[in-house]
Amino acid sequence: MRHVALTVNGSRHELELEPRELLVYVLRERLGLTGTTIGCDTSSCGACTVLVGGESVKSCTMLGVQADGLEITTIEGLASNGQLHAVQQAFHEHHALQCGYCTPGMVLAAVSLIEEGKATSESAIREGLEGNLCRCTGYHNIVRAVSAAAAGVS
Amino acid sequence: MTVTESKTTTFVGTSVKRKEDASLLRGRATWVDNIAPPGTVHMAVVRSPYAHAHITRVSTDVARAAEGVVAVLDGAELAEDWQGSLPCAWPVTEDIKIPPHFPLATGETRFQGDGVAVVLAESRALAKDAAELVEVEYEQLPAVAHVDKALEKGAPIVHSDLGTNECYVWKLETDDFQAALEAADVVVTRRYVQPRLIPNAMEPRAVVAQAGPGGELTVWSATQVPHILRFALQLVLGIPESKIRVIAPDVGGGFGSKLNVYAEEALAAALARRLGRPVKWTEERAENYVATIHGRDVVHEFTLAATKDGKITAVKSDAKCAMGAYLQLVTPGIPLLGAWIYNGAYDIPNYSVTFTGVFTNTTPTDAYRGAGRPEATYVIERTIEALAEELGMDSLELRRKNFISEFPATLASGLTIDAGDFHAALDKLLELLDLDSIRADQKARREHGDVKQLGVGFSTYTEMCGLAPSRILGAVRFAVGGWDSATIRMQPLGSVQVVTGTSPHGQSHETTWAQIVADQLGVDVDVVEVLHGDTAVSQLGMDTYGSRSLAVGGVALWHASQKIIGKAREIVSHQLEVSPDDLEFANGSFSVKGSPDRTMSIQEIAFQAHAAHNLPDGLEPGLEATAVYDPPNFSWPSGAHAAIVEVDTETGDTRLVRYVAVDDVGVPVNPEIIDGQVHGGIAQAISAALYEEGIYDEDGNLLTTTMTNYLVPSAAELPSFETDRIETSSPTNPLGVKGVGETGTIAATPAVINAVVDALSHLGVSDIQLPATPERVWRAIEEAKS
Ligand code: FES
Ligand code: FES
Repeated sequence: MRHVALTVNGSRHELELEPRELLVYVLRERLGLTGTTIGCDTSSCGACTVLVGGESVKSCTMLGVQADGLEITTIEGLASNGQLHAVQQAFHEHHALQCGYCTPGMVLAAVSLIEEGKATSESAIREGLEGNLCRCTGYHNIVRAVSAAAAGVS
Repeated sequence: MTVTESKTTTFVGTSVKRKEDASLLRGRATWVDNIAPPGTVHMAVVRSPYAHAHITRVSTDVARAAEGVVAVLDGAELAEDWQGSLPCAWPVTEDIKIPPHFPLATGETRFQGDGVAVVLAESRALAKDAAELVEVEYEQLPAVAHVDKALEKGAPIVHSDLGTNECYVWKLETDDFQAALEAADVVVTRRYVQPRLIPNAMEPRAVVAQAGPGGELTVWSATQVPHILRFALQLVLGIPESKIRVIAPDVGGGFGSKLNVYAEEALAAALARRLGRPVKWTEERAENYVATIHGRDVVHEFTLAATKDGKITAVKSDAKCAMGAYLQLVTPGIPLLGAWIYNGAYDIPNYSVTFTGVFTNTTPTDAYRGAGRPEATYVIERTIEALAEELGMDSLELRRKNFISEFPATLASGLTIDAGDFHAALDKLLELLDLDSIRADQKARREHGDVKQLGVGFSTYTEMCGLAPSRILGAVRFAVGGWDSATIRMQPLGSVQVVTGTSPHGQSHETTWAQIVADQLGVDVDVVEVLHGDTAVSQLGMDTYGSRSLAVGGVALWHASQKIIGKAREIVSHQLEVSPDDLEFANGSFSVKGSPDRTMSIQEIAFQAHAAHNLPDGLEPGLEATAVYDPPNFSWPSGAHAAIVEVDTETGDTRLVRYVAVDDVGVPVNPEIIDGQVHGGIAQAISAALYEEGIYDEDGNLLTTTMTNYLVPSAAELPSFETDRIETSSPTNPLGVKGVGETGTIAATPAVINAVVDALSHLGVSDIQLPATPERVWRAIEEAKS
């Protein structure tokens, strides 16, 4: 067991973690933040994407102990004062989610893509979201939503 | 009583934003994997690494002694827990062979991934660790993985006591078929291999089971079919359905793969009963590839016969269909879902369809989006191109010449298409497409001998969906009915609860059902709350699959609404002392004909119905109604799709340039949600055309076992889509709706392959096996050269 302190959605948590525990399980099972989902075991799907220090990271590729001292944002922490983040709002307005299982990861990947200034065109968005799989939407509306959010944000 | 006319259609036909999004966007969804009642133990399944083997010994001692382990059991130890085998609900012929299928194998394993033992431990990780410690000794047996091989003489037999791998032969043939075939001027026969597809819903399966001391059982499952699962759990476990509650909370996609009753659901329930503790299992993706059903895996020989001027006179399909190692819930019936539409969108008077179901040492097949209809549509839409080529005719002209054009249209196979306009859909598609400039570009590239060649491919289709008229299901030996139910409950203060028997997992019923009911009752869409996916709340239902929800469950909402309005009319008539016939209902309010100031709103009536101070004699208090609707016909979406591709003739790489779809899904309830369904279906079908193939080696080892070697496409692999609609209202139901869930997967695969072949036809390429990977395309070009 290792002692780890991490800040998630603005709250500080002190935890005793097994070295092998993946960050995604720490979030889901230790902290009860079940908005972050798991879709694979090969770091392929991006369902588990969160922001670590503002950058998108697949939380199944990171150990909980590696998050020691870091600031993490999960989907639960993205809205502020009850207001959806612009990307969440755009997903709603453009019907960019169906079952919603990929959505938390997709939204956070998009937030980071926009913040990095990389959501500049349809093809850039498509390339930029390559690590996040959605089986329901065919991506058409996801791309529209991200374009709209990028236009509004920048 | 006169039929109530509610003229206000405010919400149906508009893109109301989804109610579902509020929780899904905030990470507040309830996935089964979020659920763990106090005391939960975690289950891991030990699976056979071999496609076919004798289990000679299972030793569990080491695993039992491991940290946190609560129990370890093998198939023999659990045998007494089963009242029956996992059910197959569609024994398609009288003499079909249905081998026993228990949740854990005993004696023999028959596919890679077949469960052999279970481990229960205090945590997911400990269960997984201990599963590694279960020692199973196997004696490997010869295996067979492909349908052609499995039917050869001397092939390894999957179920040795059956003595054959042939599960069933099902046939439908019209009287004069043979004569028509012989009389034809032109006969074209082609062979098509449609590979295995691995559904890959983004949420893996998961189940939590909790058994109470009184014999009651609660099961949370990531399933499309909570009602069917409840029914099946009685058959497997012997617990009366009345004691079983199945909850499908938020479910992360299904595409048919969660239309099933799985070993792990039965295991979790049986173990919860044994241990008196909640038992939880969450599938890992690697398990999903072997333990969740696959789709397709069908080899067709397909024939079209025609006169020399292009009138198609006969169609013949002979298909070998992989069942896999066992029959899951509807495995043998999947081909039959296409059996009546091998004529495609065309009027073909003579008809012959044969299916041979074949056991192989592979993961069972079952429903994958479209189920049977993509298979049928693929072979007709590919072969119509071959026939056009043979006749020296333009393939669109050939299509038009043979389109069914009068409705209702009774097919040679016996079913009746209620409505459609196939010419109009194709006309609209061509308007959107600008075919002349595409052909000009194609011509120029061919003349220049460009490396990148352009191709355009079409697919015109119709499909039978909206499963289904119960009598027809009975006639084709399906075990249960195809009706669905709706309950509408007006609360005393005017809000509305709707309970549906459908079970959405991405389809947006919470929004669209509210639209339908809001219009019927004349209330705001925001006051309508839709409840689903819990058998304790929704007692009656047949769940969600086969594009059935709107055409069956949605129509049940209409019928329940009429009952509500009918009862409300009696109350108003009594209280205002007027004849029911003198009342008009519109915009959520009754008014007296001729004195428009005498009105009563539906909310007021709801309150009166609950207060019950002044109701007609004998009328029950409350304003609630249930309707169970059994459709008199299937529903028949149709349409015309086109794909434009660019093929690199040096690398074989195919890029989709445009994809244009015109669909007729009847009266649209929510256009944006329809488009979303179409997009998703097209994406899956494009992917089936270009990328996806589940591959087994000769020994039955699955080679595509992860998302890294089975390509589930990302945004980078797909284009944006151009979608449009024509609208012919379905006369079969009062809403005029048809359903939309599978149109894309049915139409798009042949359109894409037709486009790839079109791009290369001048090089002599006439077919490419699915999926058209760069290697296959490159080889096809090389072979055509030589
Ligand atoms: S769960 Fe992390 S990438 Fe799939
Ligand atoms: S919305 Fe279902 S996987 Fe993306």
